[in-house]
Amino acid sequence: MTAYIIRRLIYAIPILIGVNLITFVLFFVVNAPDDMARMHLGEKRVTEEAIQTWKQEHGYDRPLLYNPDASGLGRFTETIFFEKSIRLFVFDFGSSDNGRDIGYDISQRMWPSLAIAIPVLLVGLSFNISYALFIVFFRATYVDIGSVVLLVAMMSISGLFYIIGGQFLLGKLFHLVPISGYDTGVEAWKFLILPVIVGVIGGIGAGTRWYRTLFLEEISKDYVRTARAKGLSERRVLFRHVLQNALIPILTGVVVVLPLLFMGSLISESFFGIPGLGSYTIDAINSQDFAIVRSMVFLGAVLYIVGLILTDISYTLVDPRVRLQP
Amino acid sequence: MSSDVLLEVTGLTTLLGDTVRPVRVVDGIDLEIRRGETFVLLGESGCGKSMTALSLMRLLPPSGRVAAGAVRLDGTDLLRLTEAEMRQVRGGRMAMIFQEPQTSLNPVMSAGDQIAEAVRVHEGGSRDRTPARVVELMRAVGIPDPARRVDEYPHQLSGGMKQRIMIAMALAGDPQLLIADEPTTALDVTIQAQVLRLLKDLQAKTGMAVLLITHDLGVVAETADRLAVMYAGQILETATTDAFFAAPAHPYSRKLMESLPGADKRSARLAVIPGRVPHLDQAFVGCRFAERCYAVMPRCRDQAPVWRDLETGQGVRCHLWGQAGGQPEGLTRGVADAVAAPETALEGASDPEAAAASMLQVRDLKVHFPIHDGVFRRVVGQVRAVDGLTFDLTPGRTLALVGESGCGKTTAGKGILQLTTPTGGSIRYRGDELVGLGHRRMRLFRKDLQIIFQDPYAAMNPRMLVGDLIGEGLQALGIERSRAGRMRRVAELLDLVGMDSDAVDRYPHEFSGGQRQRICIARALAVEPKLIVCDEPTSALDVSVQAQILNLLKDLQDRLGLAYLFITHDISVVAYLAHEVAVMYLGRVVERGRVDEILDDPHHPYTRALLSAVPVIDRDKRRSVIRLEGDMPSPSNPPSGCYFHPRCPDAVAACALSYPEETHLSTTRLVHCLRV
Repeated sequence: MTAYIIRRLIYAIPILIGVNLITFVLFFVVNAPDDMARMHLGEKRVTEEAIQTWKQEHGYDRPLLYNPDASGLGRFTETIFFEKSIRLFVFDFGSSDNGRDIGYDISQRMWPSLAIAIPVLLVGLSFNISYALFIVFFRATYVDIGSVVLLVAMMSISGLFYIIGGQFLLGKLFHLVPISGYDTGVEAWKFLILPVIVGVIGGIGAGTRWYRTLFLEEISKDYVRTARAKGLSERRVLFRHVLQNALIPILTGVVVVLPLLFMGSLISESFFGIPGLGSYTIDAINSQDFAIVRSMVFLGAVLYIVGLILTDISYTLVDPRVRLQP
Repeated sequence: MSSDVLLEVTGLTTLLGDTVRPVRVVDGIDLEIRRGETFVLLGESGCGKSMTALSLMRLLPPSGRVAAGAVRLDGTDLLRLTEAEMRQVRGGRMAMIFQEPQTSLNPVMSAGDQIAEAVRVHEGGSRDRTPARVVELMRAVGIPDPARRVDEYPHQLSGGMKQRIMIAMALAGDPQLLIADEPTTALDVTIQAQVLRLLKDLQAKTGMAVLLITHDLGVVAETADRLAVMYAGQILETATTDAFFAAPAHPYSRKLMESLPGADKRSARLAVIPGRVPHLDQAFVGCRFAERCYAVMPRCRDQAPVWRDLETGQGVRCHLWGQAGGQPEGLTRGVADAVAAPETALEGASDPEAAAASMLQVRDLKVHFPIHDGVFRRVVGQVRAVDGLTFDLTPGRTLALVGESGCGKTTAGKGILQLTTPTGGSIRYRGDELVGLGHRRMRLFRKDLQIIFQDPYAAMNPRMLVGDLIGEGLQALGIERSRAGRMRRVAELLDLVGMDSDAVDRYPHEFSGGQRQRICIARALAVEPKLIVCDEPTSALDVSVQAQILNLLKDLQDRLGLAYLFITHDISVVAYLAHEVAVMYLGRVVERGRVDEILDDPHHPYTRALLSAVPVIDRDKRRSVIRLEGDMPSPSNPPSGCYFHPRCPDAVAACALSYPEETHLSTTRLVHCLRV
């Protein structure tokens, strides 16, 4: 297995180089530093000097790939590509267009993101699995049919509705929790409850319906018939045999998103005013801060690759049939 | 009710599907199974035999329900028990094993745990004893080294071992009745022989009765005490095994027996049963078999036959038997058909093969698959799927490649057609070397070399019309470019394989398995090939349908002079169709020769063991089964010397030293064995 993981990590290198090149092309070739400066300074009446000053202040005044003015190795290092893109490989994100240290911002803002994302994941997972098992236990009855209708309805409603509805009900009408905001330390809990509840409810429709399908698929398999032929109770058949097999795709589906939890949620964090990485990205997009957006795109790619490797490893832990062949 | 009846089923009726138009999969069945006997429920696919078993166990699928009848196990009416009480019976007094040991075990639970679960449900005693009991059960079903196997998962066990685990689970509750639903259909014959032997031994030891469900007449003959023939949800005949094979009473039973291929029928066409099983969602007026019966009478169509008990102890549901015990009217016609069959077919084919020049020469063909390991996926070994195959094939003749699953016979077939690239050796087709030809140059030969696959359900694109499926080859190889010309040719081909030309505008799923295989044959014939690789073309089909396909293949060979490379594990098909036989074991041919030489007088110990394991109907022709120890080794790591020596009953020390050279016993016959 070690050999497998090493090989997968080696495979990740060309992928990251590709991601890096694509983001470079997107952010510096398609959208040249001159355009960036113009956008930041306002479209109209921008003098050439102002653009040059802005570029100089932000380190965009160098050539893209090759610097003929420099000498020796400097011809390649004193370029935008080297300064801005290559450094991403060692997670040196540099400073944002506002002059803040992006690496420091990320390390500060990932905690509020995790404080929402982890409870949403855990509570949502346990609720969805329990509800799906409940439906499957009463399969082909009105409980099943009614639940599926409810789930489809919940899936069809936009996530924004849950956010606004939750803020209106719990925040404005009943004054149970603040509508938005954040606090440091233990006091943060009251700001977290509402986003967590909304996050869980928003995921029930799609999650439970998918788990129900997984359970129903397992329950019609031959080994379940064997288990029943042994004289086991329906409860034991469900919990010991069906659940154990259906958990394999469920768990591995969760593992792949685990690293991405750091990235936070774009919409929910902006609406609830949580200073996490999601709202950080949204704010950066709004203020045209390409240095931050570029860093977040690259970070997302890295985390996704990590998630995929973790998924493969988790398969070997839960499924005795899977052994990683190098 | 006499006390030696263990299970009594009366009027059992099972419905599937909605209430508006339910399918009566089981329609008023009466059965009696006595203590300690083996009772066989015989029938083709879709006749309701598995549904009967599931009704007895009350394990029907969600849409199924028992509509009427009673099932009495030792006096208890199982249909009246509550679900909780029924759970005590299931796996306790009545246990069941299933057809597919591959899928019937929980893949993520160790074998020992799965047995232990059954033990805990049905044994009151202390829990500490469970592990000991599990090992005891595993030993009872002949699993070597049970203490180690307890912790293994199903995927680590071979098919035969998995079925043994299933049996161990079923034995946990000391059942009075074991229901075995096609327990050996998915297994190789040598493993089948082991499992059937095991069931017999366990029966002798514990005195349990066995309800065996099968479609295989050979298995019936070797295991059954009594049997019932099922057709379209009804029982058509019950009999003791001896009486049944001496003189089957129902026309359907007769036809089933006549449709079995075998050496004694080589010169004749196999009997076929025309038409197909009627849909069971209708109300029947007359006999359900009337439409397909050779002895049909007017009253068969408008009057349902009643059950009659005959003097021979048989029971039958047929109008031919006028009064109870009376003379059958016109039953002899079926027998006459079989006897009067022409004896011409073999004449032309039995010419000495030296006369015709060989068309395909395969020399030392090797197909190896690399095994990769390490960070850089270096090749660390080879799976030797085919490891030195040599034979010649002449036009108009059939060579059967015989062996058990995993011996490399399918890979050999694909290797010859370059569908899998051979790693060594030579294949000469009419003098042209095929090995090493690129895809493009190989296309020139695709016209002459075709293949028919095992599973007609999977071998056709479900979204293409039959006409396009058959015509695709004509178009691709540029044989018939105009659409009109192609359609004309497709219609001819459908006629050739005995199908209506209106099939062109229909999709594959609208046809039965046998019809689909005909379409596949038409597709192969479309480009007028000279050689067809037939990869188990009948193993997914029922015997009566198999007979149609085998007849068709034989006719086509006589008319078109085709050569067949027939890949199969079914010895009776070989005996019926093949001219020459090559027996494969672990990627190599162990014995090769004319079909009569090999089947009547096998020399290689493996051939002998293989043939002895084949169930035979005729008692006088039975050989005592030569039991092989263990399973086939992995082709990635074959044993030293003769590949077969670790399992060979006749092995001597020298066998482990080097692979035996070929010994020619006659001009047509060779064996790879030191001891010949």
